[in-house]
Amino acid sequence: MCGVAGIAALLARTRISEPDVHRMLPALRHRGPDDSGVYLDPHGRIGLGHTRLSIIDLAGGVQPMPNEDQTVWVSFNGEIFNYIELREILQKTGHRFSTHSDTEVIVHAYEQYGDDFVQYLNGQFAIALWDANRQRLLLVRDRVGILPLFYTCQGERLLFASEIKALLPLLAEAPRISPTALDQIFTFWAPRSPNTLFEGIFEVPPGHLLVLENGHLRESMYWDWRFPEQGEYLTGSDAELAEQLYELLADATRIRLRADVPVGAYLSGGLDSSALVALIRRHSAAPLKTFSIGFEEKSLDESVFQQQLVEHLGVEHRRVFCHNRDVAEDFPATVFHAETAILRTAPTPMHRLSKLVYDSGYKVVLTGEGSDEALGGYDLFKEAKIRQFWARHPQSEWRPLLLKALYPYLETSGAQAKTYLRNFYGIGLDHPDQPGFSHLTRWFTTAQCKAFFSSELTATLREDAAARLTGQLPPEFGRWHPFNRAQYLEAKTLLGSYLLCSQGDRMLMANSVEGRFPFLDHRVIEFANRLRPRLKMRALNEKFLLKQAMATYLPRQIIERHKQPYRAPDIPAFFSGRPPAYVDELLSEEKLRCYGYFDAKRVSFLLNKARRGSAIAYKDNMALVGILSTQLCHNYFIERFSQTTREMSEHLVDLSRTSNAYQANYSPLHFGKFPVHRR
Amino acid sequence: MLIKQTIRRYILENFLFTDDESALQDGDSFLAAGMIDSTGVLEITLFIEETFGLKVKDDEMLPENLDSVDNLVAFIQRKQVVAA
Repeated sequence: MCGVAGIAALLARTRISEPDVHRMLPALRHRGPDDSGVYLDPHGRIGLGHTRLSIIDLAGGVQPMPNEDQTVWVSFNGEIFNYIELREILQKTGHRFSTHSDTEVIVHAYEQYGDDFVQYLNGQFAIALWDANRQRLLLVRDRVGILPLFYTCQGERLLFASEIKALLPLLAEAPRISPTALDQIFTFWAPRSPNTLFEGIFEVPPGHLLVLENGHLRESMYWDWRFPEQGEYLTGSDAELAEQLYELLADATRIRLRADVPVGAYLSGGLDSSALVALIRRHSAAPLKTFSIGFEEKSLDESVFQQQLVEHLGVEHRRVFCHNRDVAEDFPATVFHAETAILRTAPTPMHRLSKLVYDSGYKVVLTGEGSDEALGGYDLFKEAKIRQFWARHPQSEWRPLLLKALYPYLETSGAQAKTYLRNFYGIGLDHPDQPGFSHLTRWFTTAQCKAFFSSELTATLREDAAARLTGQLPPEFGRWHPFNRAQYLEAKTLLGSYLLCSQGDRMLMANSVEGRFPFLDHRVIEFANRLRPRLKMRALNEKFLLKQAMATYLPRQIIERHKQPYRAPDIPAFFSGRPPAYVDELLSEEKLRCYGYFDAKRVSFLLNKARRGSAIAYKDNMALVGILSTQLCHNYFIERFSQTTREMSEHLVDLSRTSNAYQANYSPLHFGKFPVHRR
Repeated sequence: MLIKQTIRRYILENFLFTDDESALQDGDSFLAAGMIDSTGVLEITLFIEETFGLKVKDDEMLPENLDSVDNLVAFIQRKQVVAA
C-alpha cells in the first residue's frame, strides 16, 4: 500500500510548483514509510507524489512510474492481483516491461485499452495517471472502495490525495464541516459518496473514474453492484453452486497471497475469517500467523471461538487485548486517522490490531470483510425479511415475534414485547415496496441522534438525508428482489463509506499495514449477486451457500454458530471510570457552544445520564460517540488547523496540546530517514 | 403531585434531553413519539423501582402501566396503595 498525492492545473496559465507537491507527502508517511517520489511535468501542468510501502518488487517498484517513452506517468496505491496474467497478455501485444511490479502493468494497460483499462484490473486501487500526450489526468478508484482517494478544487488547481490530511497544507484556510455531511453521518453512519465531512472536499466514488481534460472534470461510473431484474438467477443445484463459490473464493484468495513479504490474516472467530484461513491453508503450507482482538467486556469477546479455530486450523495466533480504558485513550488517534465523525468506537480496536500486526513484523493481512454484504450475512437482512413477511399480514400477532429470534434482548421485555415490536419494527409496514424499507428502522433510530444538533445547524438542513438517498437510486432498483435492494443499500451506505475506510483502510494504514479482501474480489461479488436470495438466506439461516461451500473444511460449531456482530464498547469505554480529560474538555459547555454543532444543554443531560451508567440505549451510545468525534474533528482540522498541518509536516501531531490525556499517536515510531526521489 | 413532577423531570432529562416542560404532555405515548427503544423500558422500570421502592413484575411491564406520564403516575399510585 502507499500514499498518492498530486496537483493538476485547471487553467492554461496555471503552473504547478514542485515544493507544493512535497508539502503534501509528510501527511501520507504512515501509508508509505519505505520511500517516496515526486514527478513534475516539464510544462508544470501536473505534479505527482507518492509514498511507498514496499510489498511487490521491493527494488523495482519506485513511483511515480513512467512508460517506455515517459508519456504516461502513474502514482498508484494498492495492488493489482492479476498483474502476472495481465503482464503476459500485454507482453504478447508488444509492450516491454522494465520492472516486475504491478504498477507498470497499469501504465501499459492504459496504453493498450485507454480508459477501459480499469475493467481488466482485479484488485484494490487508487490511481492517479497522467497522459502527457493528451494532457489529461485520470483519477480512478477500485470497484467497492477499498482504497481512498480525495480531491478538492482550490483556485486554479485540482488537489488530490489518498487522505484529506495531505490536502490541508495547501488550503488557504481551515476547511469547514458540512451540515449535509453531518446529517448523513447521523443517519447512515457515514457521509454519502462523494461527500466527506468537509465542505468542498470530495472522494472519487468507488467504481468511478474522474477525468480532468481541458480544465473540465468529468466523472463516470465503470462498475456498480447490479442484480438480476427478472429472475435471471444462476441455475444449478445447491451443491453445484456451492462448489463454484468455493472455487471462486479459493482463486480470489490465491491471487491475494501474491507478495514478496509474508502475509498474515485476521481471525475474528466468525465464519468469514475462519473460511478465509481454511482457504489460505489450501494454497500455502507455510506457517500462517493470525491476529485477533479480545475484549474486557465479556459480551463483546470472541476469544473462546478464536481459540477453537486456532487449534483446528493449526495457525500461530496472536491476540491484542482491549480494555475499555484503551478505547477511550486511543479514540482521538482513531478520529484523526479516520478524518470523519463516527458513531461507533468499533474502529479503535482495529487500530490496535494493525499495531499488533506491524509489531509482529507483518505488512499484509487477509481479512473477511464483504462476505456479509455479498453473501447475505447481516441481521439487518433478516430483519427486513421478517418485516416483509409481516407486512403481508400486518395484523398478525405471531409474525413480528420472529424478530425475537433475531434480537434475544427483546425476550426480557416479557408481556410488552409485542407492543414494542409493533411500534419499533412496524415502521413503514404499510409500504413494504418503498425503496428504503429494509433500512428504515436503522435510519430512523440513528436519525434520532439529530435531536442533539444545535438549532443553528438544524436550520441549515433542507432535505432529510434518507429521503434524498431513496430519490437517487438507479432506475432498475425497484425491479430487484427486496433482498437484493437491501444488499445494494448496505453496500452503498455502509461498506464503502464506513467499514472499508473508517474501520478498514485508515485503521490498517495508520500502522502501515495493508488489508486484502478476497470476498470483495469482483468476480465473487458478481457471482454472488446472481445467486437466488434463498441461497444467501435460507429461511433465517444466513450465508447459506457459504456454509455449504465451507462445510467440509470447518468445525461444525463454527458453521452453526449464531453470528455475532463485531462491536466495541462505546459509552462504557469513556464513562465506566473517570473519562480522559479530553472528553470533559471537548464536551464542555464552552467547547460545544464555541464549535456550534450541538445543543450544549441537551448534551449535558446526555452526559449526566452517561456518568450515572444509565445511558444504555443504542441511540444514546451513537449520539455520544458521534458528538465526541465531531468535536475531535473540529479540534484537529479546524480549530488547530495551522498547528496540525505544521506538525504533520514534522511527522508528529501532538494531540496533547489541549489536554494531557491526548496521546501523540500520529508520531510513528518506525519512521526513520525519509528520502524523496525526484523522478 | 410530587410523583408526577419526579417522573416528568426524569423523562424530560433522560429521554428528551431538555428541561423545557412544554416538550412533554402527560398523555404522550413514549413509544408512539419514538422517545424510547427496547432498552428504554428497562431504564424506566429500573428508575421507578429505585425511586419509589417498588417491584415491577414481568406481567406488569405493559404500555398501560408504563407508556406515558399519566400511566406511570397511576401505576405507581396503585402499587403504593397495595404496598401500604
